Amino acid sequence: MADSSDLVLEVKNLKTVFFTNSGLFKAVDDLSFTVKRGETLAIVGESGCGKSVTALSLMRLVPDPPGRIVGGSVSLEATDLLALSEAEMRKVRGNRISMIFQEPMTSLNPVIRIGDQIVEAVRLHRNLSSKQARDIAVEMLRLVRIPEPARRAREYPHQLSGGMRQRAMIAMALACRPALLIADEPTTALDVTIQAQILALILDLQKELGTGLVLITHDLGVVAQTAQRVIVMYAGRKVEEASVEALFAAPKHPYTRGLMASIPAVPAPGVAAQERLNEIPGTVPSLVRLPAGCAFAPRCKLAIKRCEAEYPPLIDWGGGHLAACWRAADVAEVA
Amino acid sequence: MSKVLLEVTDLKKYYPVRAGVLRRQVGTVHSVDGVSFSLGAGETLGLVGESGCGKSTVARSVLRLVEPTSGRIRLDGEDITHLSKSALRPHRRAMQIVFQDPFASLNPRMTAGDIVGEPIAVHGLATGKELETRVAKLFEQVGLRPDQMRNFPHQFSGGQRQRICIARALALEPRLIVCDEPVSALDVSIQAQVINLLIDLQKRHGFSYLFIAHDLAVVAHISHRVAVMYLGRIVEIADKDELFSNPRHPYTQALLASVPIANPLAKKLAPLVDGDVPSPVNPPPGCAFHTRCRFAMERCRTERPVLMDAGDAHQVACLLNEGTGKPASVP
Amino acid sequence: MAAIDFEVELKRAGAHATGGWRRVLFLAQRHVLGAAGLTIMTVFVLTAIFADFIARYDPLSVDAAHALARPSWAHWMGTDSFGRDVFSRIIHGARISLAVGIGSTALGGTIGVIVGLTSGYLSGWVDLMFQRVSDILQALPLLVLALIMTAALGPSLPNVILAIAIPLIPTVSRVTRANTLALREQPFVEAAKSIGMSEIRIALRHVLPNTLAPLIVLATAQLGSTILTEASLSFLGLGIPEPYPSWGRMLSESAAEYVRTAPWLVIFPGIAISLAVFGANLFGDALRDILDPRQRG
Repeated sequence: MADSSDLVLEVKNLKTVFFTNSGLFKAVDDLSFTVKRGETLAIVGESGCGKSVTALSLMRLVPDPPGRIVGGSVSLEATDLLALSEAEMRKVRGNRISMIFQEPMTSLNPVIRIGDQIVEAVRLHRNLSSKQARDIAVEMLRLVRIPEPARRAREYPHQLSGGMRQRAMIAMALACRPALLIADEPTTALDVTIQAQILALILDLQKELGTGLVLITHDLGVVAQTAQRVIVMYAGRKVEEASVEALFAAPKHPYTRGLMASIPAVPAPGVAAQERLNEIPGTVPSLVRLPAGCAFAPRCKLAIKRCEAEYPPLIDWGGGHLAACWRAADVAEVA
Repeated sequence: MSKVLLEVTDLKKYYPVRAGVLRRQVGTVHSVDGVSFSLGAGETLGLVGESGCGKSTVARSVLRLVEPTSGRIRLDGEDITHLSKSALRPHRRAMQIVFQDPFASLNPRMTAGDIVGEPIAVHGLATGKELETRVAKLFEQVGLRPDQMRNFPHQFSGGQRQRICIARALALEPRLIVCDEPVSALDVSIQAQVINLLIDLQKRHGFSYLFIAHDLAVVAHISHRVAVMYLGRIVEIADKDELFSNPRHPYTQALLASVPIANPLAKKLAPLVDGDVPSPVNPPPGCAFHTRCRFAMERCRTERPVLMDAGDAHQVACLLNEGTGKPASVP
Repeated sequence: MAAIDFEVELKRAGAHATGGWRRVLFLAQRHVLGAAGLTIMTVFVLTAIFADFIARYDPLSVDAAHALARPSWAHWMGTDSFGRDVFSRIIHGARISLAVGIGSTALGGTIGVIVGLTSGYLSGWVDLMFQRVSDILQALPLLVLALIMTAALGPSLPNVILAIAIPLIPTVSRVTRANTLALREQPFVEAAKSIGMSEIRIALRHVLPNTLAPLIVLATAQLGSTILTEASLSFLGLGIPEPYPSWGRMLSESAAEYVRTAPWLVIFPGIAISLAVFGANLFGDALRDILDPRQRG
């Protein structure tokens, strides 16, 4: 573990719930993790696993009602964000912590020029003249490799392609040089050739600026190619955490293993193609009526009596490889 | 190859772009611009490409859900391109479609059983008790319980809804099922269930799939042959193994290199192409890919390459392939 | 962090209100004004149905001896210049208002749905023609249009209903058309096409049922304005002919002559009209919030 002064973000026992008309919805339950300067942490999981609510919780943007952060702490550069007033939080948002979303079209204001949107974001937090802010905006657009940045700054979002819009979003998010960038499925809406460009760009900029990055995705390929550390979430909880190498080499949780086996691979020369994909039977459980024990137990081939009765604790299997599974020791042999 | 079921020849679909008060035509979207392929009985042809390449329009044209601008579609040797609605009706039984969005493709006000039974009822193939038995059988075939027939779509998960869509497509015992991105809206663990189901059903019934997707890995897994589309044209088509081990078109190579591999030790992401896909409203002259191609030559800007045989039933539309074979290999 | 009472929060979200009456009760608590509107509407409808039992006098019986009597125990709302009991006339007037409201909304709604569905489905020149006719109809105020029609057709109950229904057609057909256009692009409609279903069957089975929710909202909202239009027509002497008790006519007969000497002849019918329109509007707004959350402002 690195020196604690290197820590950008420390989340402890975060718990976010939604009060819905069908009951209490535990979207994020007892989630803890850290992000260091310049580090990429990927949070991976399927829809409803709580990864996006985690992102919103870090930004304190959980819609209330129906949602509410009901426990834990989120420390950004040693300040607990959950203890700040809304006015103080507004000074942090977009400044020390920024977020980029999946849909670059809907996250940009369609009636304001790209450059003006960045200028607005910068001047909100920096005491700059509009000329200085405009220079920064153009510089940011150049940084995200938008050709002819000065001209593009005067264009409206609809005049840009999807890939260019996501670049503009990144420029806006990084304009104040935040300590932490949260990217929620930043490339899911993009084509694969554009995705490769955007991911490469995010990683380059992160290296250049030393930003901590929380990358939220459902795509294990994206995780493998970008992250240093990975958290796997299932039904609102962290079920596994490890370095990306350790996770892909030897997943400890049956869910992680199942996920890896269920994605088809692009055939490579000399590698025999899988005849049948490994499926995880059943569907993701409703977050309202979670079982007492492990939420994955009903879909798990390895489940035993204990799994249904008791929720397994997160156990360190060495080198910071955490897994919450009663049968973690047997996962490798069985599957 | 086995008997040809579907033959598409020089299919084109153009949409006018209108603007202004008088709705004058100011341009043309070349959505599909001369696509030809054939599909054998029991075969799966994968159609891959990025958004706007026209793959979904091809799918809808084959089913005559959109009227092609020109070209010919032959099903079992019979030309169905210009059949009237009533003359087309018996042929509708032979071809069905499964859509991407399992939420929008089911009428929210009908029960699952009614949705699956509707095609049978419309064609007057069964009624009453017999209809119910047939629907129950279809439910079992796609891994749903017959007692779920009375439920409404909102009571099912995404994966289950896609199973309902598949059951509806199976109801008329078609010989061709067009799958338009059938798994891209599903979660990873559910995606595998649906892909396996599609493969199992094909083994049992022997129908053909025209499988459209943007995910190369999914297409590779399910298809026997794969066609790669770019801006309304097929740029490369070959048997799956041949295409993935020996991609000849620079676009196919770029596409393959862009897929993030789920192995942190494997090669890092290497964006092989810069820039975005040009607009299909006024596609570039010559080879449509020349604006992004690393190997583009002067000729590529003016000459439009046609699909040419490169041996091993491998066709590619690239001027580099004329004499020399494949373009320089991927680093 | 402040302690959070999970039970209270869940109750606020309606988690305890599942199924049947509990759900209705929860919605009523959430939409107090809507519930009030519904209550007014219910009272209104019950009054119309049971008018014969509620009314204490025959609304048409003339009693010259007691003409223009002040409100009293015998005549709660007084009597008019012919000695007819105002309370009984208002009770029976509810029937007329309801008949006109429901009749014209149903008639206008049905024609509007047919026009909208056809228009949205066929597109092309049929659509264009319907659209332009709608534009012309909508360019005229509802009241003026109804006025011209009753003047032309002559005042009678069916004619009043017809006159009020026709201006409703463009509004309903526009909503239906817009929904039809959106639904036509839905994959489930394409799926129906691909199984070889005829267009008419698709329109009736797949498109129409999915446009009903906004139409119900629209119809409820229109109910209030149709009642108001009837009252206005009657006030102008073109509505329901004598001797039937129409609220609008009751107002018009007395407004000029008796407003100073016998104000109860003006006040009570006025309250009845306002209350009915107010109730319909309140209920319509709440219904829109519940059925069509996208419109929530």
